[in-house]
Amino acid sequence: MAAPVSAGTRLQPQPLDPPARLRWYGVVVVALAFVPFVAPADVAATATRILALALLAVSLDLLVGVGGMPSLGQAAPFGVGVYAAGLTARELTPFAPVQVLVAVAAGALLSALLGWLVVRSRGTYLLMLSLALAELVHTLAGKWDALTGGTNGLVGVPALTFAPGGEPVRLAGLVYWWVLAVAVVGFLVVVVVSRSAFGRSLRGIRDNEARMSSLGYSTFRVKYTAFVISGAVAGLAGALWMAQTRFASPEDLGFHVSAFALLAVVIGGRGSLWGAVLGAALVGVIRDEFGPQLGGRGPLLLGIAFIAAVYLLPHGFAGLRLRRARTQGHP
Amino acid sequence: MLTWLGANYITMIDGVALGVLLFTIALGLSLVFGVMDVLNLAHGALYLIGAYVAVQVLGGGSASLLAFAGAGVLALLIGGLAGAGLSVMTRPVARRGHLDQALLTLGVALVVADLLSAAFGNDVKSIDPPTAFAGSTSLLGDAYPTYRLVVIAVGLLLAIGAYVLIERTRVGALVQASVADAPMVRALGVDTGRLVTGVFAAGGGLAALGGVLGAPILSAYPGLDTRVLILGLVVVVIGGLGSVTGALVGALLIGQVETLGVSLLPTYASFLVFGTMALVLLVRPSGLLATGRSA
Repeated sequence: MAAPVSAGTRLQPQPLDPPARLRWYGVVVVALAFVPFVAPADVAATATRILALALLAVSLDLLVGVGGMPSLGQAAPFGVGVYAAGLTARELTPFAPVQVLVAVAAGALLSALLGWLVVRSRGTYLLMLSLALAELVHTLAGKWDALTGGTNGLVGVPALTFAPGGEPVRLAGLVYWWVLAVAVVGFLVVVVVSRSAFGRSLRGIRDNEARMSSLGYSTFRVKYTAFVISGAVAGLAGALWMAQTRFASPEDLGFHVSAFALLAVVIGGRGSLWGAVLGAALVGVIRDEFGPQLGGRGPLLLGIAFIAAVYLLPHGFAGLRLRRARTQGHP
Repeated sequence: MLTWLGANYITMIDGVALGVLLFTIALGLSLVFGVMDVLNLAHGALYLIGAYVAVQVLGGGSASLLAFAGAGVLALLIGGLAGAGLSVMTRPVARRGHLDQALLTLGVALVVADLLSAAFGNDVKSIDPPTAFAGSTSLLGDAYPTYRLVVIAVGLLLAIGAYVLIERTRVGALVQASVADAPMVRALGVDTGRLVTGVFAAGGGLAALGGVLGAPILSAYPGLDTRVLILGLVVVVIGGLGSVTGALVGALLIGQVETLGVSLLPTYASFLVFGTMALVLLVRPSGLLATGRSA
């Protein structure tokens, strides 16, 4: 096989040819599908939330790793997706696919609005702008009592149903399978986008925007489209989060959610989408399992993880693998 | 117009006081950003350190002016050291791009904020203004807290000092030159490393001093660091990078939006900061008073 590692795929090692990669995806999904059989309900619930956060990290990786747009505000479309799904379930119908579609539309719409400003900037300015805009949306969610329930959060969300007017699904395992199935679809959408011609032009812009521009690409349009797609997937992740928690609070749009997703992307390795999934799983387990044991010192742990990741894992897990492959002489 | 002013000028003066506090945050943020191209997400934490220094030194009773000044100097020193430390920490990853440096300062911010909440608890800690300024002053017939007027005066003095330093001295010229084109300044033989550490330290000290100054008005509590950081970022976006005047104008504008806007249009309060920023970005993408390169 020996896929050559060219300049354009610097942070995107491709050591497996597509069929092998697909086989691995299949093995992982089948393994994940067995979780409800072997684990108690609370573990399945935690795993459900981690799946939602993993999809959020993947959506952010499309922006940061593939598109070179370091956003600190991915919590905004995610949180809007959470609220959109919750409101749809409560006011319209608990039928699960409708919630998902509304959340995707809401995430895309918000990103279309914010992206109009954010995509024009780059580098440090983009970091700053995305953070400021997301925090303003966060504040808004806390204050718009009539729609969001304010700081009390959105309560009274019914359990989802798999048929219009059907039985509410309360088993943690069934919710988990639904979330797993939708998350896999979301992940594959991002993979397909990233491997398409569009994804290649996006990487080209990341690596050399001036050249892509002079080749005749409308770099704004490509980046803007990527921003909206990423927001739609983040909104989808929000709907999955809502499927399990059935509660939304302004904190779902908070800076900690953006930081969490970014940490997952950085630990996993920017631009390698599966790395973001791995990173989210690791960070999620650390936060949910070890954080409480340390007496609520979660932010401390998260902060140390950030510092360690920046110094020790410049290219994340994917980078470790790339370096090993290189030192062994690529197979 | 006059009756409108008469009804609202107290709120507007409140806005000026908030504005000068925001200026102490935004100037450091803007210069570190401008000179080093680093988004320092730990800047809000430095402000919070200053606020807790005030709580630690002055908490529990009214403090004399001397004790207050002592707390200010202590905060200036701690903030300066912390800023210099951040500059040293970010240096090894300087070549790796914006995201890594921002993430590093984000990690530091999370650690500092968590340690502060472990040390001081999660309650809102408020402190009294120094005894000399504890009362109120008659202002056009209305009583107004003297301390806020003092904050405005001190803040404007800081702004003038910073302006003179940046616009009228050799060091200031080097800082401005580094904002515009850091590699060129390096090529001219200037030790930009020391310059950067100096700017980082000055920005950190100023933010921590702002924390002491603002403690009697904004109190100190977990989460305040994020609030001032976000407002500081909005100020920098509005004012433009690396400009003292821009930071001041932006800070005063956001101060008004946060107080006058909230009092006049409570329903739309949360849209106002957002709307102001979006409007400025659409009209002048690199800020109202940007110097040097654009974003």
